[in-house]
Amino acid sequence: MEATRSDICIAACADAFRGDGEIMASPMGTTPAAGARLAKSTFSQDLLLTDGVCRIVSGVPKMGAKLDEMTIEGWMPYRLVFDTLWTGRRHVMMGATQIDKYGNQNISCIGPWEQPKVQLLGARGAPGNTIYHTTSYWIAKHNSRVLCEKVDMVSGVGYDRAAALSPEQRRFHEIRCVITNLGVFDFATPDNRMRVRSLHPGVTIEEVRDNTGFDLVVGEDIPTSRVPSADELRMIREDIDPNGWAAKEVPA
Amino acid sequence: MADKRMSEADVVARIEDGMTIGVGGWGSRRKPMSIIREIARSPLKDLTIVSYGGPDVGLLCATGKVKKVVYGFVSLDSIPLEPHFRAARQKGTIEAFELDEGMFQWGLYAAANRLPFLPTRAGLGSDIMRINPQLKTVKSPYEDGEELVAMPALNLDVALIHMNRGDARGNGQFLGPDPYFDDLFCNAAKQRFMSVEKVVPTEDLLKEGSIHTLKINRMMVDGVVEAPQGAHFTTCEPDYGRDEAFQKEYAATAKDPELWSAFYAKWVDVDAATYRANLAERG
Repeated sequence: MEATRSDICIAACADAFRGDGEIMASPMGTTPAAGARLAKSTFSQDLLLTDGVCRIVSGVPKMGAKLDEMTIEGWMPYRLVFDTLWTGRRHVMMGATQIDKYGNQNISCIGPWEQPKVQLLGARGAPGNTIYHTTSYWIAKHNSRVLCEKVDMVSGVGYDRAAALSPEQRRFHEIRCVITNLGVFDFATPDNRMRVRSLHPGVTIEEVRDNTGFDLVVGEDIPTSRVPSADELRMIREDIDPNGWAAKEVPA
Repeated sequence: MADKRMSEADVVARIEDGMTIGVGGWGSRRKPMSIIREIARSPLKDLTIVSYGGPDVGLLCATGKVKKVVYGFVSLDSIPLEPHFRAARQKGTIEAFELDEGMFQWGLYAAANRLPFLPTRAGLGSDIMRINPQLKTVKSPYEDGEELVAMPALNLDVALIHMNRGDARGNGQFLGPDPYFDDLFCNAAKQRFMSVEKVVPTEDLLKEGSIHTLKINRMMVDGVVEAPQGAHFTTCEPDYGRDEAFQKEYAATAKDPELWSAFYAKWVDVDAATYRANLAERG
């Protein structure tokens, strides 16, 4: 079985949850949902996952599973989501309409907030998520409109904003990684600027530079993203995402 | 014992121009739509709407009832962006107070607790503090001295919620999987109105759900509206799910004034009984 670009992205999303232990994984979007399931199926079996509504599900139900196909192990209505995220026992993987080199994320609006050119969702839980617990991002289409020099509104807090806060205020802030259809990026640099951690097989650094609106930190040797094992590929195809929804999000 | 039953029109008669109205539910889920429509077709104006926003916000924006929206998001769930709210924001016809979802809850909780504010870290470092210059921070009086956001109370004149069941005295029951924040909306408000799918005798309240589902008690409610299909087209599980086809039609009206006029005539500017009749006819 050959790993596709989508499979690589799913494995990268799974790896983001590695070592998280017994906390709630909140993957937003299709590829993150597949990734969190892969993590829970393999190396992070203690993760808590919900059905995307308010039920904590036991084991790893396939994506799109009906209620009667799942074993419910707990209750997570919205109020308990806030209670949980304020304890810090949560790792969210959100999307971003814009994200900058310090990991500031925007899902609120394009243009001036006072009268936007395009009204988007609103800040949702991004300000609280980013200041209270670990956050990662998934971007299905890596381009310079999304990965841009400056975001129009900071919904999710990035590293330069966190640095301007006091050590107490920023002590739970962590942007673990940004996963796109081209590679994996993190902030493991002296000034927490976004760095290329790995490129997916077949992706060149020129392609990434051409599609990024700011200067990325690039090391001398750029690793290649992890290719999922045969076992993982079988799990993705047969158990986790039998309808191939993630593959539609990241075409081969 | 007071019988608190009333009609949607009775509720609207208790609302005044310029009031701050909190609406329960979440996104396009369990919204008190029959009362929202009654407001939409009334002469009321300059309302401030406080909501985990869905079509309640959109419909009131589209009908010119809104001065200001207090929100963390406004979404139709299966359609991520609420098109009427979006149009109002982009035209600049409404004021906005955008918050983190958790800050929003904290604001309701502060109001419900009769506190001026509650502290939180949510908002720190984000542009929520820039776009809302009225938001202030507060320093912990203890040794840690941490500076936190002082989320101000979201005090409401009126709360509007929709429940699955209730009795005539105002005891309310949710039968779906999530109670949302409806109890907080009630506790944060001076006047509280609850529509229900069905009014049942008090002794029947535990027939359909456990004691844990009696989230709303009669101290929290001033008026009860029996409104079958009252949350349509939003979800009201387990009584009914979202009417996705209807929601799509609603969403499409934001881009087409003719579609909007037709929608308004058939689905907004009608009383609750006519709405239900139109719905039955639609099949």
